[in-house]
This record gives sequence, C-alpha cells and structure tokens, in this order.
Amino acid sequence: MKSRHKKLALIGGALAILGIIAALVLNALNSNIALYISPTDVAEGKAPQGKAFRIGGLVKEGSLQRQADGVTIAFVVTDTAKDIAVHYKGILPDLFKEGKGVVAQGKMAADGTFSASEVLAKHDENYMPPEAAKAVDDAQKAATKHVSPSSVSPPKASY
Amino acid sequence: MKDRFNLYRFASPATFYPLAGKLIPWFVALSVVFGLAGLYLGMLVAPTDFQQGEGYRIIFIHVPASWMSMFIYLVMAGWAAIGLAFNTRLSGMMAQALAPTGALMAFLSLWTGALWGKPMWGAWWVWDARLTSELILLFLYIGYMALTAAIDDQRRADKAGGLLLLVGVVNVPIIYFSVKWWNTLHQGSSVNLTKSSMAETMLWGMLLMALCFWMYSIAVALMRVRTIMLERERHTDWVRAELGANSSGAAK
Repeated sequence: MKSRHKKLALIGGALAILGIIAALVLNALNSNIALYISPTDVAEGKAPQGKAFRIGGLVKEGSLQRQADGVTIAFVVTDTAKDIAVHYKGILPDLFKEGKGVVAQGKMAADGTFSASEVLAKHDENYMPPEAAKAVDDAQKAATKHVSPSSVSPPKASY
Repeated sequence: MKDRFNLYRFASPATFYPLAGKLIPWFVALSVVFGLAGLYLGMLVAPTDFQQGEGYRIIFIHVPASWMSMFIYLVMAGWAAIGLAFNTRLSGMMAQALAPTGALMAFLSLWTGALWGKPMWGAWWVWDARLTSELILLFLYIGYMALTAAIDDQRRADKAGGLLLLVGVVNVPIIYFSVKWWNTLHQGSSVNLTKSSMAETMLWGMLLMALCFWMYSIAVALMRVRTIMLERERHTDWVRAELGANSSGAAK
C-alpha cells in the first residue's frame, strides 16, 4: 500500500516538474511562438530586419484602396495606437473587411510601408445570425456615438 | 465499503468484459439519438452566421472533435497514472483501446480545420500555436500506438506507453490556452463554462454533437477493450469459458 502511494506521489511530482519546465521553455520562446507582431511592436523596432515577418491588427476603417486592375490593394493595419500602411497584390480572403482582423506576411519596404506577400483574414469568436449582428452593431453605434476614438478598447480584446 | 468492493470487482477483466458488452448498445443508441438531434439543429434549425455564412456549419464537427481529442488524451493519461502507480491490468488495456479514437478525433479536428481555414482565413494551414500544438497531439497519439506496438512484453509496453502519455499531458493545456497566451490566427474560444459568444441554437447544436461524439467514443472504446481483453487474457480460464460458450452457442 505504501509503495503505491509513493509511486503516485512520484508521478505527481514528476508531472509538476515537467509542467514548470514546459512553462519556462514556452516563456523563453514567447516571441517565436507568436504568429504575428502588432504595429506598435514594429514602431518600437521589434520587427526583424531584412527578413519576412507577419503583422496583425485591424484593417482601418476607410483605408482600403483598390487599383483599377482589381488585385493591387492598399490598406492600413492598426492596433488603434499605431498604424502601418500595407500594399499587396493578390486575392483577398472572403472575410477580409474594414474594421476586421487581418494578418499579413511580408517585409518592410524602403519607404516605411509594409509589402505583403500573403494576407489572411482573422475572424472573431462570435457566431450569430445577421439580424442579431445588426442589432448589436446598432446598439454599439448608439452607445459610442459621443465617445472619442481613443477610448475604443484595444484590438486584442475585440477579436 | 460496499462501493469500494464493487469498484475493485469491475477492475477485473473477467467481470468488466460482460458489463462492457451490455453497455455498448446503450452508448451506440445514445450516440445515434444525440447525433440526429445535433445534425438537425445544426444543419436545419441554426441560423446562418453574420460573417461566415453557411461555411461556419463545419463547427458542428470541428469543435466536438477537437474537444474529444483533448479529453480522450487526458483520460488515457489518467489510466496511465493509475497503471503505473497501482499496476492494474485494466488500465493499460483502456489506454490502448482509447488511442485510435483519440487519434481519429485529432485528425478530424485538423482536417476539418484546414477545410474551414481555406475559405475563411485564406490558408489551409499556418504554423500558429493552436494548430501546431494540435498537430503535436496527433503525433503523440500515433507515437503512443507505435511505441506500445513495438515492445513485445505487454507489461513493459504499457509502462513505456504510460510514461509517454504522462509526459505528453503538458501539451493539452497548451492547446487549450494557446489562443489566449499567444498571437494566433485561430480565434479565441467561443464557449467555456461561464460564457458563450454563439447564438443559442448554434450552441445547442454544437453541444448535442459533442454528446454524440462522447457516446460514440465510449462505445467504440468499449468494443475495442473487449477485443484487447480476449487477446491479452487468452490463456485464462474466463476467456476459454467465454469463447467456449460462444462457439457452442453458435454450433447449436
């Protein structure tokens, strides 16, 4: 009976140590595990130099511009604090929309804009019928009408 | 005291085998009932989604499969811990019986996720934390099956496999919380114990499908564990009696 409990304690202890090791390793690798960085990170110089990386944020309202050829696109990615202008040539995913999440892969161009080679749409965890979405939207518009843009919650929370 | 006695009684394959046989039809029936109800709600009643249209309906397979893939792993790791600590015969058999179903669920999760990701995100696959850790889970299942199959001595196979299961268990919270801890393309969770960000009929469809997957997993795991019991205990009296009774029954 005693050796059984000893074994059980041993297994529990080993698992706890394993968990701590995993937590430390993951913590150390934190920046490598993140799929993308925010425009604020880029502004702070955290973007890798001369290498491709991904930026993520919201497509700024009213920033989307399409060239006449239909596949050359320019838009602004924002995390509400900082903005980055992005240009891209290619097909956009269906869920790509102004005000919605986006993840773009590419490099910083010489003029300080982001030249994207791939654009992915990031949707949120809300699932509802269109009528409910409209009701929520209307309610939010009514509530935020007289609030300055800076008080809008950061994108991390609104995803 | 009586409960304790009963529990130990069913830990013996000789008594668990007929019990499992009696339970299987019930779990199959429940799985069918929940599945039909879930599919009806999910495919016919639940409304179209405001951003993803009809495409979101893959959620009724994707989320239950993902939940099951993580839960089955936790159950297997629990059996492994019991097996390593108490040296019970049943625990190795249970872990072995659950593994293929767990692998199937992990594969379904990844596959339906890829089919979903292409139209919605614009990519079949990205190496974000959620997708990568779920892929590791699939490899853990396959690794467990390969490892236990490669060792001839059954007791040593169970021990080695159990150790692998226990080490891999750190991956499960990583999968679950990955969307919280890191920037991922995969969205955050829509449902947890306290809140849901889904319309009610969608949520019910998903929960019914989850129950269907639960019942299915229990049913096939019990079927598999019965076969494993007969195979591993073929030299014992109760298996001989069981098989003897069956063949004489068939002869009549």
